[in-house]
Amino acid sequence: MTDQLKKILLGEQGLVVIFVVAFALVSALVPNFLTDRNMLGLLQSVVTVGIVACTMMFCLAARDFDLSVGSIVAFAGMVAVMASNYTGSILLGLLAAIACGAFVGFINGVVIAKFRINALITTLATMQIVRGFALIASDGRAVGIHSPDFYQLALSKLLGIPTPVWVLAILFCIFGFVLNRTVFGKNTLAIGGNPEASRLAGVNVDRTRICIFALQGVVCGIAGILLASRITSGQPNAAVGLELSVISACVLGGVSLAGGRATMSGVIVGVLIMGIAENAMNLLNIPAFYQYIVRGVILLLAVLLDNLRSSALGRR
Amino acid sequence: MSFLDFSHVTKTYPGVKALSDVSFGVDKGAVHGLMGENGAGKSTLIKILSGDQHADQGEIRIDGRVQAYTSTRDAFDNGVIVIHQELQLVPELTVAENLSLGRFPANAGIIAGRRMLDDVGAKLKSAGIDIDMRRKVKTLSIGERQMVEIAKAVMLDARVIALDEPTSSLSSRESEILFSLINRLRGEGKVIIYVSHRLDEVFRLCDSLTVLRDGKLAAHHASLKGVTRDQVVAEMVGREISDIWGFRARKIGDVRLKVDALSGPKLQTPASFEARAGEIVGFFGLIGAGRSELMRLVYGADPRSGGTITVDGKLVRATDPRGTIRAGIVLCSEDRKHDGIIQGRSVEENINISSRRHHTRFGVLNRASEIATAETFIKKLKVRTPSRKQDIINLSGGNQQKVILGRWLSEQGVRVLIVDEPTRGIDVGAKSEIYELLYQLAQDGMAIVVVSSELPEVMGICDRILVMCGGRVSAELTRDQFAERAILAAALPDQKTPDAIAS
Ligand SMILES: Nc1ncnc2c1ncn2[C@@H]1O[C@H](COP(=O)(O)OP(=O)(O)OP(=O)(O)O)[C@@H](O)[C@H]1O
Ligand SMILES: [Mg+2]
Repeated sequence: MTDQLKKILLGEQGLVVIFVVAFALVSALVPNFLTDRNMLGLLQSVVTVGIVACTMMFCLAARDFDLSVGSIVAFAGMVAVMASNYTGSILLGLLAAIACGAFVGFINGVVIAKFRINALITTLATMQIVRGFALIASDGRAVGIHSPDFYQLALSKLLGIPTPVWVLAILFCIFGFVLNRTVFGKNTLAIGGNPEASRLAGVNVDRTRICIFALQGVVCGIAGILLASRITSGQPNAAVGLELSVISACVLGGVSLAGGRATMSGVIVGVLIMGIAENAMNLLNIPAFYQYIVRGVILLLAVLLDNLRSSALGRR
Repeated sequence: MSFLDFSHVTKTYPGVKALSDVSFGVDKGAVHGLMGENGAGKSTLIKILSGDQHADQGEIRIDGRVQAYTSTRDAFDNGVIVIHQELQLVPELTVAENLSLGRFPANAGIIAGRRMLDDVGAKLKSAGIDIDMRRKVKTLSIGERQMVEIAKAVMLDARVIALDEPTSSLSSRESEILFSLINRLRGEGKVIIYVSHRLDEVFRLCDSLTVLRDGKLAAHHASLKGVTRDQVVAEMVGREISDIWGFRARKIGDVRLKVDALSGPKLQTPASFEARAGEIVGFFGLIGAGRSELMRLVYGADPRSGGTITVDGKLVRATDPRGTIRAGIVLCSEDRKHDGIIQGRSVEENINISSRRHHTRFGVLNRASEIATAETFIKKLKVRTPSRKQDIINLSGGNQQKVILGRWLSEQGVRVLIVDEPTRGIDVGAKSEIYELLYQLAQDGMAIVVVSSELPEVMGICDRILVMCGGRVSAELTRDQFAERAILAAALPDQKTPDAIAS
């Protein structure tokens, strides 16, 4: 590697450079990739992962972890469908879904921050509990949507772009702002950098952590609603394994699992790289079994790159 | 050629030239001092010696052989042992385990606990270090940890031993033990590199001295005969400093902070004291005397079990730092690495973390004021950093300390400022500037509490000194009563006489 190249790849914007190169390569080599239809499809396919990654970024940045997101998404989707079927009001259904998500997240946060139970264990538990609730509520079957207006959430378009993609874009903007420009965001990063020093500097560590998990719940609620609308039903088995894709995307995007380091632009790139890889493999008809391997390899490479970058910057 | 030779050592970090073309040599059986301002490159040189970092150019020779290590382990095996500025012990392991780490005496992979304790015990005893080997390192005070680090160097058969500011967290008694250890090692013909900001120590201990400035060799004294302190200070900071304390009498007002019978799990005997507006109160004592524990209780960093705190006559109900900061009490704690710096975040964010709340609106940051605050304190405290955006972990130790001080000096509405070892690791020039800032703040009506293990410092800057010993306040002296012997006597537990350490 020449010094010049090394400098670019290991610099702050290294990931963006790699993304641009990968995008160009895939566009040139994979037929039908760079078409309007495929691009919109690609964006729609990353909506769930992308939305949840927004708050997972906060979670990881504060040295926490959340495995329950997949279950919350499925549960919230169920609640949205069942509540709007029952009340006949979509709005009530949506609110109920978001409230349920927030509630589960809040419980996660309280157990983790106040009772000092390890986040991995806590969310592993809620992940199963919540999935169980989703299955019980629906008796293990998919629940169909009564009102056709509900489909419109996913189907409708604004300026030619599907609503869910707009929601994703707006959430990216909001959480990018929250991370960089608000006390909450900075406190999150500080807690991840050094929790004890943050406490002594007057940061309300417990409340911040509870807020992060509650927000994560809200966002999972939104993702669950959009997902239910797209698959036109509430599926208790939806979004299995989502937590891993989301955490992968965040790590790809340079979020440090040791806490204290995260950028919204990095996470966006991480989400898109995962999306592009999957999309390209589908277009090339690569069997699903191989796709697992490719995804794993991409993740490993990204982490290696991050490690190189840290040592190039002299951090340890 | 000397036994240990640095030749043309150069090291660049992004945006910083840490060392440029540094060459000097040290003989066997010598203690060589290394001095320089914060960020002058001392620790970098030590890190290169230890194999932790690599020089861009230049080389290090020991006994004529070029040392090309690729790791600290390599350097270790070549007889180079380094005690870093930031301590490197495993908190969850006991003292004995830490000292045997990497070389556990074992039978078929099972640690021979008895043998380990015997080995370590014998070595500690012969070195005159008095620490319970079975205690976990996390339960030790920072000074005790430092002693454990030093014990590590004694236990191994080193040719070259480098100590990076070893006394910065030791009190006079522990320092004495360290000095006698160093003298013994010198007698055994080792090469010792000794980094310190304390001129007294350097002149007492060292045979030769190198001064770095801005990464360059500013002076090399093969012998300290005829070299004066003022001369060394001038070589370090590039100007003369006549009186580093620069004490100024101030008008002292009403009682600001009143601590009454405060106690907590780590401080059994209730302690009481007051501090007045405009007053600088010093807390002196040996390590483990309970000074930091008391201050942490005042600040709400640890839960308190009894007693009251009042500020300006108003009872402080808050029991966490967040609340006490709002009541006007702030604490700059002694353990910079654990309680101070927020790794991975910039200098700017580290300064603003607390004081930003005065400038935010609906939780949204005020970028302009954050930048301005950061720039102001970087300038005021002369923090050496390529930019305010630099990750704090990349700053030199003394510069990190300045950033943490900046965090608290930038707070508004502070009535009581408690600083625990505020000038630990800070160079002479910056020290006198920090004292100046403290005088100004006191002048403006703040009550300032300074905890320090450096007797000249408390005697130099305080209006009143409280001495602590064994968890209680054992003496109180006003400035006209200050006397080294009396203060030391009060700091020592009864059975020891002050003559044992007052030299
Ligand atoms: N990993 C790093 N990345 C970037 N810059 C660094 C790094 N380590 C040190 N520096 C810079 O190199 C310079 C020299 O640092 P060094 O730690 O050697 O100073 P020092 O003389 O030991 O100071 P102090 O007395 O404060 O301990 C400083 O300006 C510091 O900011
Ligand atoms: Mg240093």
